[in-house]
Amino acid sequence: MDLQAVIESLPRYGEPLLVTIGVTVASAALALVLAFALGLMTGSRLLAVRTPARVFVEFFRGSSVVVQLFWFAFAMPVVLGVQFDYLIVAGIIALGCNYGAYSSEVVRGAIAAVPKGQLEAATALNLTPLQKMRFVVLPQAWPEMIPSLCAFAIMLLKASALVSVIGILDITWLAGLLGKQPGQDRLLHYAVVLVIYFVLAWLIWTGMRALERRAKRGLGIDAKPAAGRLAPDVATGGVR
Amino acid sequence: MQTGWSNETLREIFPAVWDGFLTVLQVTLVAGVVAVVLGLLVAVGERGGPVWMRRPLGLVFQFIRNTPLLVQVLIVWTATSLYINPDWSAFAVGSAVLGVHYASYTSESYRAGIEAVPKGQWEAATALNLPSHRVWSAIVLPQMFRRSAAAVGNWIIAMFKEVPTLFVIGVMEMIAQARAFQGQHYTGAVEGYTLAGLLFLAASYPVAVAMRRLENRLAKSNY
Repeated sequence: MDLQAVIESLPRYGEPLLVTIGVTVASAALALVLAFALGLMTGSRLLAVRTPARVFVEFFRGSSVVVQLFWFAFAMPVVLGVQFDYLIVAGIIALGCNYGAYSSEVVRGAIAAVPKGQLEAATALNLTPLQKMRFVVLPQAWPEMIPSLCAFAIMLLKASALVSVIGILDITWLAGLLGKQPGQDRLLHYAVVLVIYFVLAWLIWTGMRALERRAKRGLGIDAKPAAGRLAPDVATGGVR
Repeated sequence: MQTGWSNETLREIFPAVWDGFLTVLQVTLVAGVVAVVLGLLVAVGERGGPVWMRRPLGLVFQFIRNTPLLVQVLIVWTATSLYINPDWSAFAVGSAVLGVHYASYTSESYRAGIEAVPKGQWEAATALNLPSHRVWSAIVLPQMFRRSAAAVGNWIIAMFKEVPTLFVIGVMEMIAQARAFQGQHYTGAVEGYTLAGLLFLAASYPVAVAMRRLENRLAKSNY
């Protein structure tokens, strides 16, 4: 019986699931750090700071994440002489750089949207630039970023399935492997994997909504719960 | 494993990768039409379709939107090649899946555009006793398109860059071409992947800049 064979092999998804979650979390962490660094740099008034960040962002946004994965995994060791001990590191770096570049626009936009009067007031209070950023700008910009960053986190989760094509043993890879075995139904295995991804996306979305509510409450804004749909923040047109 | 960069190999692999690039453009065209048209149908259907179908339609597209394209391509390709019709080409199946996946995004952009149409417009249309197809075609959609155009355009650009995913089912785009070359000549992956990345960059950067201009213009014009 096909269904029974699939159910019996469910425990085997445990370890690959950790790989999927690990790749997503690690590249999301890298992307977040890069997003803030690049977002602050591209919003800078100094040309010497802005230009390298701009080039990095356009480079990663301009080409395809699939190509970047292959390039980091198989071409970079030859071209730049950088060799990773584990292929998974190449995957994490490719995904992290790509989504970091996209998210940097969110960070830059949210920081630029903080009302001018706030900055003038901070200057009037004689705050140093660092204090201004830490106590005035970021607390107001951060809640504005969360919906878009959530959309990118879900897209990153979905893109993490691509690491299976460079030979990393995640759940997509396992579904392909088990599906080829006798007595197994490949369609059912792929369906199981789709449901796992959907649940993970829902978890990210729920977590980010809670985070948004908390961040807004910190500002004294009583956030209305967002409309009950898992949708990327398309109004900003943040994805190119 | 290849050991170094070779300009010789680059010259040899260029025609194959260029072929792959043309395939990417063809897929983008087909899937783009699917995404633009189906996305609109879904957005209108969710708002103005029969009541029994609104929620299921929304849920199906929510599922499509939140699961990986790669797995969707694999599951549909398995279904068509093993169970439905093995003669369907990877190009057709891949373009269809890509188009439907991005329709799940464009429908959200259209939906945002529809929701931004002021309530008074709907009320005025009702007061004038317009039939519903006229309400949509003469009042809502023209206003919606101006608001959604830039976002939908951005999704098509994003889609263009996701075409290489289809190499897993054998669509001969750039990655597949580079891998095929590598399989025959035991070299060329490095040059092929680099070339693929550069071609993407060369094609998508000017379009992205033009889209940003359009966005700024639409943002400035007061609608």
